[in-house]
Amino acid sequence: MTYFSLQKRLHAADGILSLDVKCEIEDAAFISLYGASGAGKTSLLRMLAGFMQPDNGMIKVNDEVWFDSENKINIVPQRRSVGFVFQDYALFPNMNVEENILFALGKNDSKQIIEELLEMTGLRGLRNKKIQMLSGGQKQRVALARAVARKPKLLLLDEPLSAIDNEMRSNLQQTLLSIHSHYKVTAIIVSHDINEIVKLTSKTIHLKNGIIEEYAPPNEIFLNNSRAQNSLKGLFLSAEKNGSMYEVLLLTGEQVIKINCNEPDAKDLQKGDEIEVSFKGAPAFLRKL
Amino acid sequence: MIETAPIFLTLELAFLTTIILFFLSIPLARWISNKKNIFKTFAEVIVSLPLVLPPTVIGFYLLLAFSPTNSFGKFLENYFDVRLAFSFGGLLIGSVIYSLPFMVHPILSGLTSLPDSLEEASYSLGKTKTQTLLSVLLPNIKPSLLTGIVLTFAHTIGEFGVVLMIGGNIPGKTNVASIAVYDEVEALNYHNANIYAAVLIAISVTILFLLYFSNRKLQEVKIL
Repeated sequence: MTYFSLQKRLHAADGILSLDVKCEIEDAAFISLYGASGAGKTSLLRMLAGFMQPDNGMIKVNDEVWFDSENKINIVPQRRSVGFVFQDYALFPNMNVEENILFALGKNDSKQIIEELLEMTGLRGLRNKKIQMLSGGQKQRVALARAVARKPKLLLLDEPLSAIDNEMRSNLQQTLLSIHSHYKVTAIIVSHDINEIVKLTSKTIHLKNGIIEEYAPPNEIFLNNSRAQNSLKGLFLSAEKNGSMYEVLLLTGEQVIKINCNEPDAKDLQKGDEIEVSFKGAPAFLRKL
Repeated sequence: MIETAPIFLTLELAFLTTIILFFLSIPLARWISNKKNIFKTFAEVIVSLPLVLPPTVIGFYLLLAFSPTNSFGKFLENYFDVRLAFSFGGLLIGSVIYSLPFMVHPILSGLTSLPDSLEEASYSLGKTKTQTLLSVLLPNIKPSLLTGIVLTFAHTIGEFGVVLMIGGNIPGKTNVASIAVYDEVEALNYHNANIYAAVLIAISVTILFLLYFSNRKLQEVKIL
């Protein structure tokens, strides 16, 4: 069981963000961390790894206390059983593929896991290659292999696939899944990609403005949601009165949509506010493109 | 014929200064490059002072400090039987202080140019700060280390003011080549001055050429 309850005041781009999160994660679960940028996802991951010190709270992994502000316990990152996969890979340019993974092991550790990991990540043929010669996808495979080589209790992945093209991404997702199920590590992945979240993880932490808004299986959050069936979420752009109706402009995904609505509930809607439009009653028109 | 002693003395001084500064500057630059606080800003000021102060100012205060009539000089003489004023040891300390920025600055800029994630990745793999410094950080700033070494060596060869103030001009002990040029000119021995000067130019050009050449080679291999 991994438990954390953390508070931290963060200096974000638009003022101060108070991160206040509390969560319990079952062993060997694969969890996703989802939310707008600036919601505190990376900070949460960095606090779990020990790179950033929380103001208050507690981190407990398998009954091992990593951080406890009341008892002034703060285990250094070196002594936390953590694997961290960075967005920029953070591979050591002075070492080749094999040396990067080998670096994770101590002097007396068995080297057998290296062969196993090279096999699982499909890097066997590239073991002597310099890091600079690899593609983004290959680099992230090395970073992944390096992060699990010590068999950590907690694997933290900070948007590991965001810089990788689609085809390579689904390939890597498969590798991630097989590594996760093989080593039975508790993993937390930061991701913006709903497909990825649904494919990889069993539960999603939805972080919003520093607070956990939802902690549920991704299906409940993103799909088949009773709210989602007949409503549309997006960003409010403008509203103009047109007869007895209002013409509302809404940004959803990459598209701007114009919808005729009744008078909006909230009078003081501002550009950029998150809104939900529901389609109860009147049927909509569909056309194949 | 000219004396070769001043040239060897110059090389000896430059060699020792470079070695001392290399091992001194790595921990110093590492400390400064970590999270900033007011002490570190102050340390940066001290490190950079020799760049802006006239060498005679540093030389003057070092001379005062080393003088046996002052407390620090007296302390050294009473307890360690060491007199630094007008000695090679004093010269060496003066050079180390005077060339400090030439070693610290390249190493510092090398360290700060590395992404933080390299260091954090190493920590998350269970490596200590020392292991991280030796196996991850330093091997990835080789061009900066080389620049620091070469600039320090070359700069010590070109040192004049500090040496003159605290070293004086004792043959075989503190009479380095740059001072020898000055002495020969004063004695109107232009021929000898010319030889010393030409040797200094040749050494400096060679060193700088080797620096730029090998840094270009390193850049070709390394793409971060």
